[in-house]
Amino acid sequence: MRTQALKAVQRDPVWVRMILIGIAFSFLAFFLGMPLVVIAINACRDGLHVYAQSLRDPDAVSAILLTLKVVAIAVPCNAIFGIAAAWLIAKFQFRGKQVLLGLIDMPFSVSPIIAGLLFVLAFGSNTLLGGWLMAHGVRVIFSSTGIVLATVFVTLPFVARELIPLMQSQGIDEEEAAMTMGASGWQVFARVTLPNIKWGLWYGITLSTARAVGEFGAVSVVSGHIRGLTNTISLHVEILYNEYNFSAAFALSSLMVLFAFGTLVVKIILEGKRST
Amino acid sequence: MVRRVLPGFGLSLGITLMYLGAIVVFPVSMLVLRAAHISFAQFQIILLSPRTMHAIGLTVWTSFVASSINVLFGFVVAWVNTRYQYPFKRVVDALIDLPFALPTSVAGIALTAGFSPHGWLGKTIETTFGYQVAFRPLGIIVAMTFVGLPFVIRTLEPVLKEIDVEAEEAGASLGASKWQIFSKILFPSLLPATITGFTLAFARVLGEFGSIVFISGNMPMKTEVVSLLILSKLEQYDVVGAAALAAVMMVISFCLLMVINGFQVWYQRRFFEASSS
Repeated sequence: MRTQALKAVQRDPVWVRMILIGIAFSFLAFFLGMPLVVIAINACRDGLHVYAQSLRDPDAVSAILLTLKVVAIAVPCNAIFGIAAAWLIAKFQFRGKQVLLGLIDMPFSVSPIIAGLLFVLAFGSNTLLGGWLMAHGVRVIFSSTGIVLATVFVTLPFVARELIPLMQSQGIDEEEAAMTMGASGWQVFARVTLPNIKWGLWYGITLSTARAVGEFGAVSVVSGHIRGLTNTISLHVEILYNEYNFSAAFALSSLMVLFAFGTLVVKIILEGKRST
Repeated sequence: MVRRVLPGFGLSLGITLMYLGAIVVFPVSMLVLRAAHISFAQFQIILLSPRTMHAIGLTVWTSFVASSINVLFGFVVAWVNTRYQYPFKRVVDALIDLPFALPTSVAGIALTAGFSPHGWLGKTIETTFGYQVAFRPLGIIVAMTFVGLPFVIRTLEPVLKEIDVEAEEAGASLGASKWQIFSKILFPSLLPATITGFTLAFARVLGEFGSIVFISGNMPMKTEVVSLLILSKLEQYDVVGAAALAAVMMVISFCLLMVINGFQVWYQRRFFEASSS
């Protein structure tokens, strides 16, 4: 009885429903469906042979490999940082927490171009540190090191922001109980904390991986666009497009669309796991 | 001071501070240092130049329009998604996060190819409505709307789901019409989330680069947004100019974030006091 009554109050007339669903569908089809259709059409325009050829191109392959390398460094670093920061903020009371939270959130409020600029200003060859590093043979800007640093900066908050509220809501009771029973600190972390935050951690890792693979602006500023050396996938897409090599640009783009779909599927699965 | 029972305070504090220091504090303080060396007169010359003024104005108004479009349609999408059933609902719902999962350069070239005067959609719009989309401010708005799309929807949805059905029921039992229930009961409780969603989308697209760089055409004084101006200054080795602009943009987005946080704290307090009294 009760649920029926509730439903009746919240149910809109059929014509309202039809119009609103129509508006929502048209909006999403226009802004989300259209780009996907454009990518699909342009990727296949010159046939499967050209498609396969553009994915096998050495520059494309090295761009894919560099992207994987950057992700393999940036994401684990940020995951470890995220766990440490969440442990610190959720399990202990101390002054200055708000400042730390503000600093962790900061990369989200910085435009990608400015993020890249920050690293040029910090590590460029005409700066104090950058000059010293150059003299010792370490090149940061216009190298993959700079790309990794910029990616780490841009994706820094994801794991931490996922874990901090999660660990705060879980409190410290379980860990304390384990401690009083004689477990060591690492045992408590591995046996009690980690299983509790597992799905949240994977969720944060998924988001940072997606962002790390797709980052363009920040990476574009620090990379120097050296073909085969400092080109990530998203930078290579830009180069191909600017050279009017549309079928290759869209072939690589279609690969990114598949990756994005994968991300969305993993995200949904993790959201389900996380809420149970 | 509470006694610390759990171990790892020193270790986690050390990792957090060192990491934040190296990745965030050090680069940001380099920008601050660089900006502090710029004299006020130089700042004025950089910021008040017609090209900069135009870029800032263009960025702000296109971001505003794009975020407003997202508020209007995002509200409808969130409403439809939480209250109605329709075929392929899960797929549509998952696709809403596409702008987040797709690299911005990929989105940028797809939108440009679709909306350019040679693209089928761009051609259709130009012949029927007489508007060119790509390489005009309109194209910038399209790219910004794409990038900011998830924000309003994803901030509104949880609030819409949590809304007290009893309030709606009470309204209905007192004889309120559907429209009255919406405008007097639902809308006021959705307003803060709507504003938060708008601000998040606005802050995101204000610094957007990847999706805009292709579709805008980057003509100074016509379609050059701030992030592109910063990049072009950097490419011309005008580091001082780039740093000055970046510092101003960072202050603006920092203020925006402070405003949302302040608004949320204020609203929560007001809401709590109203419900407890």
